[in-house]
Amino acid sequence: MRIALFATCIVDAMYPATARATVSILERLGHEVIFPAGQACCGQMHVNSGYFKEALPVVANHVKAFEEDEYDVAVAPSGSCVASVKHQHPMIARRCGDAGLEARAAAVGHKTYELSELLVDVLGVTDAAAQLGSYFPHKITYHPSCHGMRLLRLGDRQLDLLRSVGGIELAELPEAEQCCGFGGTFSMKNADVSSAMLADKTANICGTGAELCAGGDASCLMHIGGGLSRQGSGVTTLHFAEILASTAEHPAAVTGDVRLTTGRTAR
Amino acid sequence: MSGTFLGMPSLPVFGTGNLHEHEPFPKAAHRELGNAQLRANLGHATRTIRDKRLAVVSELPDWEELRDAGRAIKESVMARLPELLEAFEANFTARGGTIHWARDAGEANSIVAALIRDQGADEVVKVKSMATQEIGLNEYLEEQGIAAFETDLAELIVQLDHDKPSHILVPAIHKNRSQVRDIFLREMDGVDPGLTNDPARLAAAARAHLRRKFLSAKVAVSGANFALADSGTLAVVESEGNGRMCLTLPETLITVMGVEKLLPAWEDLEVFMQLLPRSSTGERMNPYTSLWTGVTPDDGPQNVHLVLLDNGRSAALADEMGRSALHCIRCSACMNVCPVYERTGGHAYGSTYPGPIGAILSPLLTGITAEENNSLPYASSLCGACYDACPVKINIPDILVHLRGEDVDSKRGKKKLPSQMDLGMKAAAWALSSGKNLGLVEKALPLGRIAAGPDKKITKLPGIAAGWTQSRDIPAPPGQSFRQWWNKEHQAPEGAPGPYAPGTEPTGPQPTGTEENP
Repeated sequence: MRIALFATCIVDAMYPATARATVSILERLGHEVIFPAGQACCGQMHVNSGYFKEALPVVANHVKAFEEDEYDVAVAPSGSCVASVKHQHPMIARRCGDAGLEARAAAVGHKTYELSELLVDVLGVTDAAAQLGSYFPHKITYHPSCHGMRLLRLGDRQLDLLRSVGGIELAELPEAEQCCGFGGTFSMKNADVSSAMLADKTANICGTGAELCAGGDASCLMHIGGGLSRQGSGVTTLHFAEILASTAEHPAAVTGDVRLTTGRTAR
Repeated sequence: MSGTFLGMPSLPVFGTGNLHEHEPFPKAAHRELGNAQLRANLGHATRTIRDKRLAVVSELPDWEELRDAGRAIKESVMARLPELLEAFEANFTARGGTIHWARDAGEANSIVAALIRDQGADEVVKVKSMATQEIGLNEYLEEQGIAAFETDLAELIVQLDHDKPSHILVPAIHKNRSQVRDIFLREMDGVDPGLTNDPARLAAAARAHLRRKFLSAKVAVSGANFALADSGTLAVVESEGNGRMCLTLPETLITVMGVEKLLPAWEDLEVFMQLLPRSSTGERMNPYTSLWTGVTPDDGPQNVHLVLLDNGRSAALADEMGRSALHCIRCSACMNVCPVYERTGGHAYGSTYPGPIGAILSPLLTGITAEENNSLPYASSLCGACYDACPVKINIPDILVHLRGEDVDSKRGKKKLPSQMDLGMKAAAWALSSGKNLGLVEKALPLGRIAAGPDKKITKLPGIAAGWTQSRDIPAPPGQSFRQWWNKEHQAPEGAPGPYAPGTEPTGPQPTGTEENP
């Protein structure tokens, strides 16, 4: 299969290791990965903040970028950005009166998958240890991000994939389904409420005794990880793609707060 | 009698009364978050109701179909509202009731006060009602020298404490039972001074207090959960039986109801009687359902009135994206699952309607530009828990986003200087609307590494971004973006392959491979 990677802006700029891990997983399964060069962002920050006019060029760019190359499916390591591509892009085009863009956006959205959705539903991955060589001998917990859970109905796909990683120990996160409080510009406009939600989330994470909290959205992980770092908890966050990409020969490094910048080892 | 005019005014009539924030939500929330007792009470109460609701909802194999049916019925009501209202009026009137039409809170209040005065009464007993809270009826009646006694236990607690409800179903959710005992001891005439915080004893004290009112009141004021157009019947759904007392004992019954509460036919009640109790109190069915159709000679109230209230509902109905907020059956499931409501409580929302539904309904009824209501659509992380819980599938997150768009657009060209958010969004629109532009911005990532310093984190940012760093660090950016790495890997064929370069053997993340410090 020829798979177009939508890295998402936050992973591209801040968490490149997540996108590299996504490429690695797909190539291990024998697929060809391409990176449409025109891509930038899904625009949900603009949409969710009410700036529809400003969102339009961002949406139009995404649609154009993912129309230019030949590919079978597109994939992003983010539930939130995929939900935006699928649900918000046609809505923005419609509200801005561009019926042509609306139809094109719907077509791109139709071909776009969140990573666990693609792995489980399309590529038939059920056992990461056997099929990907995934090995990650650490105790982790898992936060299911809201948009993957409620807009894409990912269910336990990410969690089931993590469970099948060699050597892993999974601790259940209490009140896992509660939002971490990120919400894009909500974290700045309503910083106090957001911080109160984050405090409960990080307390639940630390209570599990896990070394790190895994998830499927870099933005939520940056939020939770930023809180864990500020509290000096020694617990960090990591995208599930990096855990799936981790092998016995090439383990993902996890010590102390080093993963505050995922993809780097502090020395 | 105020005639039958409803019509569509040439300009939308926005809602008045208790529908407004008096300060921006973040400011109100900041104050409420500081109240540790409130947060403990709310956390405990919402968690309990949440769990009960989940348990009874999961018993029904056709719960999703029921929700779909609820939504479909409400959609058809909104599409046929004028016709259904006229049918209801004809049936209600034919059975001896009297209809009054009120455009806004002021009209509704004066109609009710005049009806009470007609009976020569100076006090009324009240059934728990959102509509009368919305129009500020109790306050208005007090100004007119008429005392209104709330008879719902939780409403009574709030009224005795001179407080405001903080939840539409459990108005005293922000108080625990020791606080309730203290209020009773302080405010209730003839209460046993040895009263404890035992729920049974608290209920007995309230019962003794209320019984005197029920037996003496000549006039009762209620709201209504449903109105059935095909028969002219009104319905009140409650738990305590105090509503039943008010609806049956006094000679005169005055009901105030929003026009959107209508259902086409009796059989539609079947759907909502399954949806409402499970969604609100987490019960399979509610203890008391009272239905009345006009006047029954020599049985119950002989003088039956209904005030049909618009108060911004026509304006909300005119909003194609927002109109489904009028489908709300006031169950409160959305606030019980809302992580924002759970932490701030209901008072932070200003309006009678708190929580996620309030964050859309209040600005829809008043217009987005009214007072501070333009801050309400932002009082959500858009987590979507409310949409999942809503028994009539109101897509609250989508309407929140729609109203944010209305807010931003309503301010365009009106500000002397653009806000930090305006500037940031404009700059981001440039950076994020082409791969080339984003690539240019990513060239500056090393600057962020310098700002982060040796501990590789950013702990303090200026302006609106300070909201982020009040409780979170930002990681130092990587040495190169994914795009830069990819281009290097795919455009320099003889270059050393990176850890994930095509054609290499499976490898795990090699964090040190390509992101060295510059």
